Amino acid sequence: MTTATAGVLFILSLLAALAVAYRYLGDHMFRVVAAEHHGRVERGIYRVLGVDPHAEQSWGGYARSVLAFSLISILFLYAFLRLQDVVFKVPDFAATIDERVFPHLAWNTAVSFVTNTNWQAYSGESTMTHLVQMAGLAVQNFVSAAVGIAVAVALVRGFARRRTDRLGNFWVDLTRITLRILLPIAVVGAVLLIAGGVVQSLGDGTAVTTLTGAEQHLTGGPVAGQEVIKELGTNGGGFYNVNSAHPFENPTAWTNWLEIFLILCIPFALPRVFGRMVGDNRQGYAILAVMATIAIASIALTNVFELGGAGTVPQAAGAAMEGKDVRFGLSDSATFAAATTLTSTGAVNSFHDSYTALGGMMPIVNMMLGEVAPGGVGSGLYGMLILAVLTVFVAGLMVGRTPEYVGKKIGAREIKFASLYFLITPTLVLIGVAAAMATGNWRTQLNVGPHGFSEVVYAFTSAANNNGSAFAGITVNTPWWDTATGLAMLLGRFLPIVFVLGLAGSLAGQSPVPASAGTLPTHKPLFIGMVVGVVVILVALTFLPALALGPLAEGL
Amino acid sequence: MTVTSVATPHPRPQPRKVGGGLLDPRQLWKSLPDALRKLNPATLWRTPVMLIVEVGAVFTTLLAIAQPSGFSWAITGWLWLTVVFANLAEAVAEGRGKAQAATLRNAKKDTMARRLTGWSEGAPADRYREESVAASALARGDLVVVEAGQVIPGDGDVIEGIASVDESAITGESAPVIRESGGDRSAVTGGTKVLSDRIVVRITQQPGESFIDRMISLVEGANRQKTPNEIALNILLAALTINFLLATVTLQPMASYAKAWQGAAPDTPAFGADGISGIVLVSLLVCLIPTTIGALLSAIGIAGMDRLVQRNVLAMSGRAVEAAGDVSTLLLDKTGTITLGNRQAWEFLPAAGVTVEQVADAAQLSSLADETPEGRSIVVLAKEQHGLRAREEGFMPHATFIPFTAQTRMSGVDLSEGNADRQIRKGAASAVMKWVRDNGGHPSDDVGPAVDAISGQGGTPLVVAELVTGQPARALGVIHLKDVVKSGMRERFDEMRRMGIRTVMITGDNPLTAKAIADEAGVDDFLAEATPEDKLALIRKEQEGGRLVAMTGDGTNDAPALAQADVGVAMNTGTSAAKEAGNMVDLDSDPTKLIEIVEIGKQLLITRGALTTFSIANDIAKYFAIIPAMFAVVYPSLDALNIMRLSSPESAILSAVVFNALIIVALIPLSLRGVRYTPSSASRLLTRNLWVYGLGGIIAPFLGIKLLDMIISLIPGIG
Repeated sequence: MTTATAGVLFILSLLAALAVAYRYLGDHMFRVVAAEHHGRVERGIYRVLGVDPHAEQSWGGYARSVLAFSLISILFLYAFLRLQDVVFKVPDFAATIDERVFPHLAWNTAVSFVTNTNWQAYSGESTMTHLVQMAGLAVQNFVSAAVGIAVAVALVRGFARRRTDRLGNFWVDLTRITLRILLPIAVVGAVLLIAGGVVQSLGDGTAVTTLTGAEQHLTGGPVAGQEVIKELGTNGGGFYNVNSAHPFENPTAWTNWLEIFLILCIPFALPRVFGRMVGDNRQGYAILAVMATIAIASIALTNVFELGGAGTVPQAAGAAMEGKDVRFGLSDSATFAAATTLTSTGAVNSFHDSYTALGGMMPIVNMMLGEVAPGGVGSGLYGMLILAVLTVFVAGLMVGRTPEYVGKKIGAREIKFASLYFLITPTLVLIGVAAAMATGNWRTQLNVGPHGFSEVVYAFTSAANNNGSAFAGITVNTPWWDTATGLAMLLGRFLPIVFVLGLAGSLAGQSPVPASAGTLPTHKPLFIGMVVGVVVILVALTFLPALALGPLAEGL
Repeated sequence: MTVTSVATPHPRPQPRKVGGGLLDPRQLWKSLPDALRKLNPATLWRTPVMLIVEVGAVFTTLLAIAQPSGFSWAITGWLWLTVVFANLAEAVAEGRGKAQAATLRNAKKDTMARRLTGWSEGAPADRYREESVAASALARGDLVVVEAGQVIPGDGDVIEGIASVDESAITGESAPVIRESGGDRSAVTGGTKVLSDRIVVRITQQPGESFIDRMISLVEGANRQKTPNEIALNILLAALTINFLLATVTLQPMASYAKAWQGAAPDTPAFGADGISGIVLVSLLVCLIPTTIGALLSAIGIAGMDRLVQRNVLAMSGRAVEAAGDVSTLLLDKTGTITLGNRQAWEFLPAAGVTVEQVADAAQLSSLADETPEGRSIVVLAKEQHGLRAREEGFMPHATFIPFTAQTRMSGVDLSEGNADRQIRKGAASAVMKWVRDNGGHPSDDVGPAVDAISGQGGTPLVVAELVTGQPARALGVIHLKDVVKSGMRERFDEMRRMGIRTVMITGDNPLTAKAIADEAGVDDFLAEATPEDKLALIRKEQEGGRLVAMTGDGTNDAPALAQADVGVAMNTGTSAAKEAGNMVDLDSDPTKLIEIVEIGKQLLITRGALTTFSIANDIAKYFAIIPAMFAVVYPSLDALNIMRLSSPESAILSAVVFNALIIVALIPLSLRGVRYTPSSASRLLTRNLWVYGLGGIIAPFLGIKLLDMIISLIPGIG
């Protein structure tokens, strides 16, 4: 079996598994968010939080709850990280930890994990203790993912409900999504990963003698538990610095397959929840089709570029294997790279910096698309729905009616929120890159010329889109980089969330317009094609100059 | 709308094509001064996209003064032209309205009013006082008297008298109309002229708020408010503009880095030692921001209103025009809209022992003096089906015509030839049957069933009977009067259905009759024996389901429904109350026009959407022109993006800017006329418009820029 054939089989089997997940995981998630019943544990949590689970919130209340919860999370995580550094006097406290968590890194890391970005300006195994990994970072891996799903569900409620200002209760959504969706899948996934060879212990590792006779300390730890939610919650923060390229995180080709499946399963299944909640499954299929079209095209292109192996070094070496692990090979690495950047995961099993110029451009483009195909858990669905709203607006005019999407009119207020949402990430990326170039902070990069520029573009694109993967090749643990990327992550997460909830509130207040022959059908191939076109064209128009000076200059 | 002085009837639009007047090149020229005046930033800020272009033009002007070159002046010149072209589009659209406003102002001469004090109906002349005041001094509730030859000083209702009025100043229709007190034809408009008789009018307007005043401000677009959809589109355009502004502004530090790294790259006018030149950055910005739609957006809106005015419909707000495009339920009055205004004779049904010719003959005789449309239709039918020529009244010296009265409910003729008198009666079945019995006859058995059968089909039966001296009266037969559905209505309603619009027929007829006509016309639903309350309830019910409703009405009792409907079109012949309540007035008083209004509303939105799509799609080609032009000197590999093989960087950038300016002028006629609209389903419309304006928008600039480059490259110093 050639590499290409194996790669195609790998992708096809993934697609088949995701199709099953769309149906069954999607229906399960729908039942969870629509449920009336509160479990015993859940009622206990509500009592502790002092929340009335039957009291629904307006969009403002929902947004305030999201922001308050996230603020507390950031403060807690920041304090936790500083505590490790100051009180326990790490590095003396734990033998394996030899790096400090300075305030700028603590800020960056706290923001990074709360915003579901999981940008890591540090090396996990040598900076974070097991306690921080488990009680600090892994907890955020769960709840930051749940926040994303909750916001997406609130937006869908906006579409589905009529003449109300109530969008549900954030605390209920958060609790249920964590306990009924993320936790069960994570437990099953962790067991499978352990079976596949991922380590899970509380020890501080093993000392081994290598072939050359040298002593080497292999860091162990509670890896599998963190690994599974890292993928499932599209977080991406690795236990180890080299992330899913590490044999303890991702030992074999089939764990690689499982990890990609875990990354994609919730984002791809959420459109089902949308279809079910608005009472028209075809709408869910349409959104799924848009996501799948872009995703398949992107995965295919990344594979083509990497297998093609353009560039001097790959040509000389025979293949673009630099920065890739032979366990996975070209194709499975490329597919992982596409999956991790099409979602907001940011886990890597190979080093994007070492990809061919155009192959390395694909992860950047994927993130620039706004991570909507399928995107992060929740954030992918709401991002895509915003783009669908913008498409409906222009397309709807062309059929001679005030545009409407699943029965809700897209007027000035809706367009205001959608436009603001759309503006945030390009603004953060472009201003961030320009600032790095103008202030000279690009000098921490490893490469020069277009490739070095790509490293800077990658960093801000990843931070602002809450992806968290790094191109590598650039040192970002400096006060300037930690602060700047921290801001990009924070604003890139919560401003869009506020606008999404604002849009949801505005939609929920409307009474739906019944569909007729004069209504733009939003479940037909024509519309699906239009959304794909709008996504690609808007992104191309915004970022083409930047891409031209980076990967395009290098790769053409 | 045609002007008063030119007393030709206004041109009727083609029924199926929604279009507008063509653009006269002289109009462009005449509007130029206005376009230049609009360069004032204080007015230009209403179009933020163009304001950005103007700021850019000012900036490049300064740069061109500082470092003059053919290239920088050429760019500067074309940037200014871009703004002027955008202003020109708006000025031309407004200019059409201004011409109409001028003619309306002529009608609003300073008239004197004869105000009455102490007047009451039937009061003798010495009981009230008459004084002469300026029309502008009239207040609501004042009473004025107007006689033949005088101009009605203000809007109001006739409370005494009947007069023929020349309303051509408003409607453009030269035929006089009748206005009389009471009923639904009592409203008169200020500025129109009484041609005969004398009327007393109660003024219903406040000074300065007359119908003509409102018309003037509407057609001038003086206080034109942005419509909801226009506001939404403006927000989207502003967001795109900010996005591209960012993309352009942040480009400089990125480019400087590249330049520093490729130190050996030669300096060019576009990209020198201190980065990309300001001229080029502004050019890039102007090419990327949605100037095409930004320039034409307000012209599209003004022209949409104008298209309605050309069809003699006045929309009181742009919002109403937009709502028309969204309408999903049309309430149509049966009479005059779906059927011809009146019932028409359809066939003659003879009683036993009578030939059809005898019936036709008697029916014709009895109808000769009947000037109602029904009566005339009987004469016509007798002639067409039975070759009976109409006998002139004058040729029948012995005939005495009996007019129809509400008491007798029949009409007829008494003929005396020698000593044989013959009386013919025609009328409602029950009345004529009674007459037959009263005169000693008894109707034959087949008349009753025939009458019932006609009623059952929704028609109106008229019985014809005769009484010849010395014989008992006898019923000759039945005339079948029937509502005739206008031709082409069924096709029209099928079209509406494809557009997703439900049609509901409103009629005062009984359900049986209503159903027969509804089936024949092909409407989706009907409301029979409709009272004004029923109409209002129906509208509310539809609106509760999220549907927008359009209707026409003329009577005072229609006013609540007109006010409740999302699009309420009042007939100009209607009462002031109806005109106040509706948000549109049809000066021709043609209820069928509702369908056209919906199409114009849709066309307005489609034009906006199509040009937005076109504008955004254009950007792709401009990138392929400008990016290699800027950067190929630093990174030669980027020349691969120069797929148009443009001759030089300067020529490429200038071509893109020139294309960007010229496309505005090229699209002015389209924005004024509106995108071609053929009623069809949403899917088909979208497919068509996406091909034309989406794909066209991608391809057109590639061709245009290449063509311009071939011309511009001939200019020394740039090519």
